[in-house]
Amino acid sequence: MTDDTTRPDTTQRETTPVLEPEAVRTVGSPLDGKVPDVPAEQAWDDRRLHYDLVAPANRRKFTVIVVGTGLAGAGAAAALGELGYQVECFTIHDAPRRAHSVAAQGGINAARARKVDNDSVHRFVKDTVKGGDFRGREADAYRLGQESVRVIDHMNAIGAPFAREYGGELATRSFGGVQVSRTYYTRGQTGQQLQVAGANALLRQVARGTVTLHTRQEMLDLVVADGRAQGIVVRDLVTGEVRAVTAHAVVLATGGYGNIYCKSTLAKNSNATAAWRAHKRGAHFANPSFIQFHPTALPLMSEWQSKTILMSESLRNDGRIWVPVRADDDRAPADIPEDERDYYLERRYPTYGNLTPRDVASRAARERIDAGFGVGPLKNAVYLDFADAIARLGRATVMSRYSNLFHMYEQATGDDPLRTPMRIAPGAHFAMGGLWSDYDLMTSVPGLFVGGEVGWGYHGANRLGANSLLSACVDGWFTLPYAVPGYLAPLLGTPPLALDDDAVLDAVEAVEARTQRLLKNEGTQGPDRFHRRLGEILYRCAGVSRTPEGLSQGITEIRALREEFWRDVRVLGEGTALNQELERAGRVADYLEMAELLCVDGLDRDESCGAHFRADHQTPDGEALRDDAAWCRVSAWESPAPDATDGRFVRHDEPLTFQAVPLQTRNYA
Amino acid sequence: MKLTLDVWRQPDAASPGAFESYVVTDATAEMTLLELLDRLNDQLVEEGREPVAFESDCREGICGCCGVNVDGRPHGPEANTPSCEQHVRSFADGDHIVLEPLRSAAFPVVKDLVVDRSALDRVIQAGGHVAVDAGTAPDADTTRIDHETAEMALDFAACIGCGACVAACPNGSASLFTGAKLTHLAALPQTRQERGRRAVAMVDQMEHDFGPCSTYGECALVCPAGIPLTAIAAVGKERMRAFLRGRAS
Repeated sequence: MTDDTTRPDTTQRETTPVLEPEAVRTVGSPLDGKVPDVPAEQAWDDRRLHYDLVAPANRRKFTVIVVGTGLAGAGAAAALGELGYQVECFTIHDAPRRAHSVAAQGGINAARARKVDNDSVHRFVKDTVKGGDFRGREADAYRLGQESVRVIDHMNAIGAPFAREYGGELATRSFGGVQVSRTYYTRGQTGQQLQVAGANALLRQVARGTVTLHTRQEMLDLVVADGRAQGIVVRDLVTGEVRAVTAHAVVLATGGYGNIYCKSTLAKNSNATAAWRAHKRGAHFANPSFIQFHPTALPLMSEWQSKTILMSESLRNDGRIWVPVRADDDRAPADIPEDERDYYLERRYPTYGNLTPRDVASRAARERIDAGFGVGPLKNAVYLDFADAIARLGRATVMSRYSNLFHMYEQATGDDPLRTPMRIAPGAHFAMGGLWSDYDLMTSVPGLFVGGEVGWGYHGANRLGANSLLSACVDGWFTLPYAVPGYLAPLLGTPPLALDDDAVLDAVEAVEARTQRLLKNEGTQGPDRFHRRLGEILYRCAGVSRTPEGLSQGITEIRALREEFWRDVRVLGEGTALNQELERAGRVADYLEMAELLCVDGLDRDESCGAHFRADHQTPDGEALRDDAAWCRVSAWESPAPDATDGRFVRHDEPLTFQAVPLQTRNYA
Repeated sequence: MKLTLDVWRQPDAASPGAFESYVVTDATAEMTLLELLDRLNDQLVEEGREPVAFESDCREGICGCCGVNVDGRPHGPEANTPSCEQHVRSFADGDHIVLEPLRSAAFPVVKDLVVDRSALDRVIQAGGHVAVDAGTAPDADTTRIDHETAEMALDFAACIGCGACVAACPNGSASLFTGAKLTHLAALPQTRQERGRRAVAMVDQMEHDFGPCSTYGECALVCPAGIPLTAIAAVGKERMRAFLRGRAS
């Protein structure tokens, strides 16, 4: 592999026919987000007032399934357990602490506005909505800001050792896309500390008996009966046993799908299978093409590199990003004098400088790299330089802020960032798209809720740094515990679905049939090879910048690869034991379906917004050009029914309206 | 680079295991140890042989999933570095490397290089948490924690739960793991109410599954999070404190 895989495709423009969106999709009925009909800042108070309640003595009569034990899943399971519901919690990991929230190092935003830097809940909402390029729900952002205040208190109380000022109060720093300091952090391990605290709170409920924890179990299907989500089908990853579990409601908190790009900043086991299986059972998938490329990932360095490691965005607080002024400049960075360096973010965006939002920073880096100014052996990176910060603050201060990140970088590359600038490049990272949900975090399948990155909420077409830990915590600890009981209350007296119900038996049979098909396939290539090839297609055709030609090419190539997969995949080993090849094969099979929809969504959305940058929609100075008249809406997709003849996806629209933060052009200059 | 790998193969917990020898001829210095296993597995699949099962997830040193014994040493040759950040550059062309699962009576083998570390979670479940329900916490700024105390708590909170400390210990003790959690939580005033109860419960559970500490110090040499050896002192100290005070906090 070379860096070519991360470059947008420019060679196919003349040769590839552009697919008309109508050839790959139809438009279905519009969706109602069920936002309370009050001003956005009052929506959450209003909705909480109107939720039905379940009395404490009745709560244990309800069973709720929570899939995933990251910040959202552990939070939801623990909070519902604390309230008295019976929770069945599932994770693919051996321990709840392993969920990939653990790796979000930078920080967690909160609109506490305790300082005098002019922060407020409203400013938080404005930054979030604007950062999301007006493709998320305004009322959701308000709820996020409101609940952010007590998320910090709660996580602090359960043992997350937040950084403190010398006087003893909580310390904050700033992140991309904002001009205030509202990010709470624990060195460069914020995700780890929040995740461990949340996972331990979950284990407290396990000890209390309110939560039954099932480790090393993978959800492979959703049970839908009478139009409601009433259970899941899981496979025990150690014994291979496939069984169904039924409940009154199901919460998915299974994370994002960025690993579809294969070389991503995500963990190797992060996957889209639970979400995609739920999608195939009727949960609409919103904005799948909105995938964020993180600007401070490590560049690809070798053929067998398994992922792209993420350096925290917090590094941009003190690091300055630059490339040589001259293309193909081979000199070592120390030999390039100051006036031959192009601090392109400071040049193009003087107000925000190195702290421009991620999509802007990624695109600017991609532009410089593609124009021939990239650095490093493969010319596929830009410099992130701490020399000025060290001169200004001293080595000790810089190390106290970033020592573990510097250590991590040195581990990965062998270079010491104190002596030579880091090399960074955009890498596939956070999924802004996900299962569509209404204001109550309920998907288009009644009884199926989402929390955290598996959903589509808050972040629109882009995400502000330090908002993802926040949204996962708020969903898990402070939104689902209100919304889920509101759904359960009218079901009082109804038992969970019987395990011999036809819907249950059908779902179990479908899972077993699929597993057997993978195991019995007489192919020659392991699933990893297909995953790597899929990633190459997606980086090339649906990467940092997209064209209709590239996306059309992607759809064609993905269909061919999917066909080849089912013809030639080889899954060694048995189904009755731990079989990581089988796990990978199932996930890659889902990615191969989902990738087509990702490209269809990108092709269909005929505008640029946030991380979805279409080269055919840009301003003269290269900024994203939104089309609010046509596209101020969410695309929530339905896959073609198995018996559909034309194979077209169905798009359902949810129109978006903005009152508190009027539509405006994002400008970080 | 050409490397010969002796890899422990064991189909499941109930079956006996044995070493099998494989050769990777195109290893490169910048590969991680786990990418070397990826390379090996690709080769095995091509040959129609079942790939080696091993655990990894974040591959950036923070999830604690990965962990194999390399030439008898948990995680590999580089001190205080997880398996996912060990690099082939630590080895020379032609080297022979022995890869085994983390070895400890408390960690039964699940398959090949994968072990069951749930005994660590049982220690946490016994008391490594704080009894504060969502929504009931006071303003975090009302409890002031001086900078140095918060930093010290963080030094111990950094544990990634990989279990290398247990595997490195000749006694199979989990004192570094347990002590890190006890020190972290004891340092924070907001978790004070349960300090004594927590110590007694966690140490009891630890002693049930793991061996005793003899202060060998092997644990701290392999710990990828750099948990200092002083953590093990907290095990005795916190339990003694609870005993002498005779009450939960």
